[in-house]
Amino acid sequence: MIELAGLTKRYGDRTAVDDLTFTVRPGIVTGFLGPNGAGKSTTMRMILGLDHPTAGRVRIDGKRYEQLRDPLTYLGALLDAKAVHGGRSAFNHLLCLAQSNGIPRARVGEVLDTVGLTAVARKKAKGFSLGMGQRLGIAGALLGDPRILMFDEPVNGLDPEGIHWIRTLMKSLAAQGRTVFVSSHLMSEMALTADHLVVIGQGRLLADTSMAEFIRTNSRSYVRVRSPQRERLLDVLHGAGITVVETGTGALEVEGGKAEPIGELAAQNGVVLHELSIQQASLEEAFMQLTAESVEYHAHADSPPVPQAWGAGWDKGA
Amino acid sequence: MSTHQPPLSQAAPAAPEWQAAPGGPYPGYVSPIPVVRTRLGHAITSEWTKIRSVRSTIWTLGVFVLLVVGIGLLAGALVSSSSSSGDLSDGNALSLGFFGLLLGSMCIITLGVLTTASEYGTGMIRTTMVACPSRARVLAAKAIVFFAVAFVITLAASAFVAMTQVSMLSDVARTPTGGEWLKGTVGVSLYIALLGLLSLIVGSIIRHSAGAITVMIGAVLAPLVIALFMFSSSLEQVRNALFEYSIPNQLSVFYSNSLSDSGPSGWDPLWIILGVTAVAFAGAYALLEKRDV
Repeated sequence: MIELAGLTKRYGDRTAVDDLTFTVRPGIVTGFLGPNGAGKSTTMRMILGLDHPTAGRVRIDGKRYEQLRDPLTYLGALLDAKAVHGGRSAFNHLLCLAQSNGIPRARVGEVLDTVGLTAVARKKAKGFSLGMGQRLGIAGALLGDPRILMFDEPVNGLDPEGIHWIRTLMKSLAAQGRTVFVSSHLMSEMALTADHLVVIGQGRLLADTSMAEFIRTNSRSYVRVRSPQRERLLDVLHGAGITVVETGTGALEVEGGKAEPIGELAAQNGVVLHELSIQQASLEEAFMQLTAESVEYHAHADSPPVPQAWGAGWDKGA
Repeated sequence: MSTHQPPLSQAAPAAPEWQAAPGGPYPGYVSPIPVVRTRLGHAITSEWTKIRSVRSTIWTLGVFVLLVVGIGLLAGALVSSSSSSGDLSDGNALSLGFFGLLLGSMCIITLGVLTTASEYGTGMIRTTMVACPSRARVLAAKAIVFFAVAFVITLAASAFVAMTQVSMLSDVARTPTGGEWLKGTVGVSLYIALLGLLSLIVGSIIRHSAGAITVMIGAVLAPLVIALFMFSSSLEQVRNALFEYSIPNQLSVFYSNSLSDSGPSGWDPLWIILGVTAVAFAGAYALLEKRDV
């Protein structure tokens, strides 16, 4: 279990992480989602004690990272694939990590086998592709067979087979009762992997909700209507008390997933329709909308605090 | 494929069955791997694996041995072929080891800097600090491993050169005393290893290989070069101090052929560099604790 309380990191007057409070629970995959530069990596570095928080605290099963007596057998982390000395072979890289925590030498071969790097174990890391580097980093995280795992953007540079493999791996690790905390900037990826979702934007917490809840709330469906008699159609729909959103393309969007009443209304009033279709907004769109508003909030500081209203809505399970 | 489940079907389990199992307030996975409480010894083993598994170690130490032995033997051969008996009467054959060691010290400086700074260049330092969150322990382990390697290699090279030179020049130079033997082998080796350790510490402070190597080579050569061009008599005291306390001159003190009669003598250079290194170590540790990795 990883607990963050009021975690804040400032670089000069730029706030990278702003008052983050959430808990990463064991037994599930927790997705940590945010656009590039949202503060995901900084947060992970603070969890690992690499960066000192400006304010707030992080506890790993009640302890600070520095207080862990057996760090690698407690928490394994993939920070970035480049955090390797390129001149060292994959085997020696993992060996020096294993030795630093008194992990048996045999584990090195085991994790190399798990990530599929046995054939290149004696090759220098600088010759590795991004995907191979990523696998080496994952091997390092698995080395101590830890109860908590953190992966920062693990699917970066992996091929489709590799992406499928890491997804399955994370799910099976969580199923064994481990805490799995994985960051990504891809909502679609998280939707397939994570059970719980923490969304941040500009260092602020935007959502802390279960994946199922997020999907239910955000799988917004609407009806798209196009008509040459746009003004007439608008009047008819307004008259029937139906809320309409006008889009830039000239189409109208009606919230809710029912096309029938709109079609019937149009027929009764003799409005010609060119399109009447049910649309499903993707989770990616929902995510972008969520994070875009955090950007907007920062740009106009005196406008009403929209993102907080958003954030507050998530855990209440609207 | 069998483990792949659609995320929609599995809502976050509020309290899975294993969470109810006994095992303290923080339940979870328990590994079959024996858990070891990490110590400095683990960090030292790890650093030893690191230093021996990169090619730059082999290169810098290889060139170092080549310079020390090659230049040492060359100097010995030149002196023995051209000098008549008694030419080195006031000195001894050991002093010829100085030239190779002075040039070779650049290799030890480079290796020292790379031991710390290259981890910042590659990003390996983050992996290192995650594996060993005690920053003092990481710095200490690096210092111990590097110092031992540098001392052993320098001692082997300088002792070999010393023995060869003394036997080559047995008829033109006087036989060195026991104290001179000690200073010319163990003394210089300690000095060179400490100079390398200081470079390692500077590498940790500057976190940039090229920058730190430049600083260290500058520290070795600049005082001597600057002093050479201090002609004004009013600067004479400064000039003498720069000469006497320049690293090449302090190194020559171990062979009792210092540039001047005043200034450090005997084992003084060792105590000076020991003090400087200790202060730098404390500074590097304080910075390491304060800064983000």
